Amino acid sequence: MTDLPAQTTRKLGLVIDLDTCVGCHACVISCKGWNTENYGAPLSDQRPYGDEPMGTFLNRIHSYEVQPDTGPAQTIHFPKSCLHCENAPCVTVCPTGASYKRSEDGIVLVNEDHCIGCGLCAWACPYGARELDQAEGVMKKCTLCVDRIYNENLPEEDREPACVRTCPAGARHFGDFADPNSAVSQLVEKRGGIDLMPELGTAPVNKYLPPRAKDRWDDESLLAPLLTPVAKEPSGFLSWLDKALDKLPGGSA
Amino acid sequence: MHPAPSVIIFTTLSGLGFGLLFWLGLDSTPPTGMVAFAFFVIAYALSVGGLLASTFHLGRPERAWRALSQWRTSWLSREGICAVAALLVMAVYAAALVFAGVHLAPLGWIGALLSLGTVFTTSMIYTQLATIPRWNSPLTPALFLSLSLAGGALLSGRVTLGLSLLLLAGLVQLAWWMRGDRAFAQSGTDLGTATGLGDRGTVRSLAPPHTSPNYLMREFIFVIGRKHAQKLRIIGFVLMIVLPVLLLALSFSHWLAALAVLCHIAGVAVCRWLFFAEAEHTVGLYYGMR
Ligand code: SF4
Ligand code: SF4
Ligand code: SF4
Repeated sequence: MTDLPAQTTRKLGLVIDLDTCVGCHACVISCKGWNTENYGAPLSDQRPYGDEPMGTFLNRIHSYEVQPDTGPAQTIHFPKSCLHCENAPCVTVCPTGASYKRSEDGIVLVNEDHCIGCGLCAWACPYGARELDQAEGVMKKCTLCVDRIYNENLPEEDREPACVRTCPAGARHFGDFADPNSAVSQLVEKRGGIDLMPELGTAPVNKYLPPRAKDRWDDESLLAPLLTPVAKEPSGFLSWLDKALDKLPGGSA
Repeated sequence: MHPAPSVIIFTTLSGLGFGLLFWLGLDSTPPTGMVAFAFFVIAYALSVGGLLASTFHLGRPERAWRALSQWRTSWLSREGICAVAALLVMAVYAAALVFAGVHLAPLGWIGALLSLGTVFTTSMIYTQLATIPRWNSPLTPALFLSLSLAGGALLSGRVTLGLSLLLLAGLVQLAWWMRGDRAFAQSGTDLGTATGLGDRGTVRSLAPPHTSPNYLMREFIFVIGRKHAQKLRIIGFVLMIVLPVLLLALSFSHWLAALAVLCHIAGVAVCRWLFFAEAEHTVGLYYGMR
């Protein structure tokens, strides 16, 4: 049924750290790899070596520039996958019951055997977290690697989402947001984690950690007084060299 | 939004078909015999043809029957149920009129209500989407319903009623466009809230995730369509409202009425194309487009 659970026992999701993400796309590749080889229909590609290649991805990295009123702009790499919203509009619009939110852990999934590929859930998701696979004709989305996190055939350290396991910068964290003492809840609290488009009322479980304040142009280094140049104008041999080079044809800079 | 032909054909034709079924069901002196047969064939061709067209955009049409199961939360599911129920009820009502010359009035009323319900539930599929501010308004069901009632009245030969309903639908369409043009800005959603970075400065998309367009961009971002939007609005409005009103007001002949109906259908199709082509989805923000 596409009714949303009144509440979920656990709230599993990701914290994405915009301060440390370096935009390497490693999580994109590991996500595509894991989810093509495991649960559900593979993530197909169309014309992978032709004009306008296209494919299904459950996780994509954007890059943005933020220009403050004064000072230099900042580049921010921005990973985006399903936020496993508590008030998921993608679930309630589904006519077949293929989309559902699990009451035990809050993961939003698609039953690919029931999905008719109408695409309405992708229309209802504000974040672009759902993609209709062009080969299979069914809706694909982040599963929070449900086939890893509970998988007892995997070594303990691999029982977390592929993207989290792969990230070389430690920019993705996985955990239970219903537990205020979990590492993810603590991170959100300490770093002021935020929701994307809170005004739409989707109540995302995934949180984003805003970038920390960066150095400014006018910040003075502690060592600056020790580094003041000793001589402003060249003298002695350097002065002679400077003048001699100026005289050579070709002009000076 | 990508204006998929299947969805434009579906909403245009089935809106007219169910509008016609509505008036046939309400009629206190409905046609019988061969005349009734002709009317119901047109109504069913339009409504069923539209519904079939809508299944063309499904990834897995063979499972379409499953869409009837989630009426508790899903407008798409409610639409499916309403449509099937309307078609079944009206089939019995039509058979009684055509073959036995019997008028089962209460059945007609139920069928009329279900037909209108189908148009309403169709419009709610679009109206419910907070992700598309242009559609997310009570004016959207008003637009679909008034057009369906006007078109149905024209098709069933109700000239005076059709005229006033056309004028009403025209007013709703104008109001819908005026509101829609401001809707995205007024929704308060922009790249700043989409990324949560808006309070630090102006956010600009620097690099998209991939070098060529993906499913999301093809489905949700349709910028080229807006180039001729104003011209198409005028063409659509003239065909949908102005010409049919003039043709009907001029004098009544079957030829003019048929021409009025054809103009109207073409106009609705143009406006329905714009309905999709002009609609901006919040996903576009992430790609620095709308
Ligand atoms: S991010 Fe989109 S797909 Fe994921 S739960 Fe929220 S609305 Fe649904
Ligand atoms: S595409 Fe599949 S999962 Fe999405 S709304 Fe349609 S049937 Fe449900
Ligand atoms: S949790 Fe799994 S499915 Fe979701 S983005 Fe990460 S790797 Fe992909």
